[in-house]
Amino acid sequence: MGMTFAEKILAKYGSEKKVVPGQILTIKPDHLLMHDNAAPIISKIQPELKEYGIFNRSLPVIVLDHVIPAAAEKNAVQHKQIREFVKNYKIKHFFDVGSGICHQIIVENGLALPGTIVLGSDSHTCSYGAVGAFSSGIDRTEAAALLLTGETWLKVPQSIKITLKGQLQRMVTAKDVILSVIGDVSASGADYCSVEFHGNVNRFSVEERFTIANMGVEMGAKNAVFPVDDVTINYLKSIGILKSKYTAINPDDDATYSRELTYNLTMIEPVIAVPHGVDKVKPIKEVEGIEIQQCLLGTCTNGRLSDFQIAAKILKGKMVHPYVRLLILPASRKIYLDALKEGLIKIFIEAGATVLPPGCGPCLGAHQGVLAPGERCLSTSNRNFKGRMGCNEAEIYLASPAIVAVSAIYGKITDPRKEMRK
Amino acid sequence: MKIWKYGDNINTDMLFPGKYTYTCSTAEEIRPHLLEDLDPLFAKNVKEGDLIFAGRNFGCGSSREQPVLGIKAAGIAAVVAESFARIFYRSSINQGLLLIECPEAVKAYKQGDRVGLDVEKGTIMIGSNTFSFQKLPKEILAIRDSGGLLPYTRERLRRKKK
Repeated sequence: MGMTFAEKILAKYGSEKKVVPGQILTIKPDHLLMHDNAAPIISKIQPELKEYGIFNRSLPVIVLDHVIPAAAEKNAVQHKQIREFVKNYKIKHFFDVGSGICHQIIVENGLALPGTIVLGSDSHTCSYGAVGAFSSGIDRTEAAALLLTGETWLKVPQSIKITLKGQLQRMVTAKDVILSVIGDVSASGADYCSVEFHGNVNRFSVEERFTIANMGVEMGAKNAVFPVDDVTINYLKSIGILKSKYTAINPDDDATYSRELTYNLTMIEPVIAVPHGVDKVKPIKEVEGIEIQQCLLGTCTNGRLSDFQIAAKILKGKMVHPYVRLLILPASRKIYLDALKEGLIKIFIEAGATVLPPGCGPCLGAHQGVLAPGERCLSTSNRNFKGRMGCNEAEIYLASPAIVAVSAIYGKITDPRKEMRK
Repeated sequence: MKIWKYGDNINTDMLFPGKYTYTCSTAEEIRPHLLEDLDPLFAKNVKEGDLIFAGRNFGCGSSREQPVLGIKAAGIAAVVAESFARIFYRSSINQGLLLIECPEAVKAYKQGDRVGLDVEKGTIMIGSNTFSFQKLPKEILAIRDSGGLLPYTRERLRRKKK
């Protein structure tokens, strides 16, 4: 009997020939991700750090992205504490304010590779399945322990197989695919599970796979992963990582899954997740015409070049509605620069948008676009929980870059397919 | 003992709003904001030994550990739910907070029912009915029983050094 991706990689890291769901293994991850929360993490273990030091200076990857540049003195003090820690312990992988969002940085810099394990003190760590890595979120305390010991336990999960067939229609994107899946599976449907994507995945770029894997946790998944194929290999080559630098792990054809789902991509429509749950997914025709006051285009879910290309095509020569603020949030400095070179940023600014520094921005409600009571935000981000953007009397709708761009022009939720027919 | 009863998909933003994640880290800082957007009475009235009952997927969302830390520090003896989101579940082991996954008990509970907990036996009593819940595997139980992952890790490092 064959093994799933999760079974194979956990067996390898746990030095076992064969593992079964439920089995507990001690593993040493290749990297440990922390962001601004590195400050409270290292504060937990000051005496231990002094006495034992850190396990390995190449293990941690620290990216300042959550509240950047510092919004208040407290953030500034934490950032300073992190920079001092990086210096004192000679941390190898540190990315200061403005580099980008941690998940994008990890993938863009080849710190998550096929067949490796990355754990991170952020729930969207599951994103790196886009390049065939096993990656999963943990809390701050576990990150602190990992800094000291370099190892932790993982339970072998059940696996869910999602097969994607056919081709997407025009103006339907990877975001519509993952929102549709979450709508069907529900916010808890993949709890504790590893989610594998199969089928016609060759048509999805690494950027699109990133959007899909990023939202795995929104259905409860432990990790979400795509097979390593030519698309992955070519992407990694483009960032200077040759095939000899990694060993891909793909699931066996005869692996056992707890659940199997198949989607015909041709049937997927533009969809929107309505307040206050990511699994409250509706076809766009049911929410068309709802007025919005803020639009957010970007984040670790949809802040990459291909997302900006889609939006720029729609916004070129147009103006954002006078009652709407359109915020642009590039996922990294590199993407920001590439978008500048392609003239996309110019299109956004000429349309009346505001470009924010590469980071998490208003997505978690700390700064840069907090909402007021009664306001609605249409966002390409991954969460629409009540209070998420800093106000518990505001509403967040989640959608694709195409929907957000066209809706920003009209000031209300608009179907991008209608706009493009004009 | 009071039972605080909530529904499905109680997420980390409801348990502890994201806007405070980088300004509140200690139990004292977290406490006043616990469940702020879900139940404003909770932080004011919660007492040592109270229980939380909830539906499916309790603690979904962020990797935020403040809700776990805060709920433990507020004296909640256990959270009983139909199911938990995995990062929250893991985090509770790391903080030494008792979570009980027992859909039958949650479904059976009616307001005013007497509730009894036997952690050793792995049973929960609701009114006149007793339900069993699965205990953690022993290697994981060792972490929770040490008072959480940091005390457990400290002890391991100390032994290793000797």
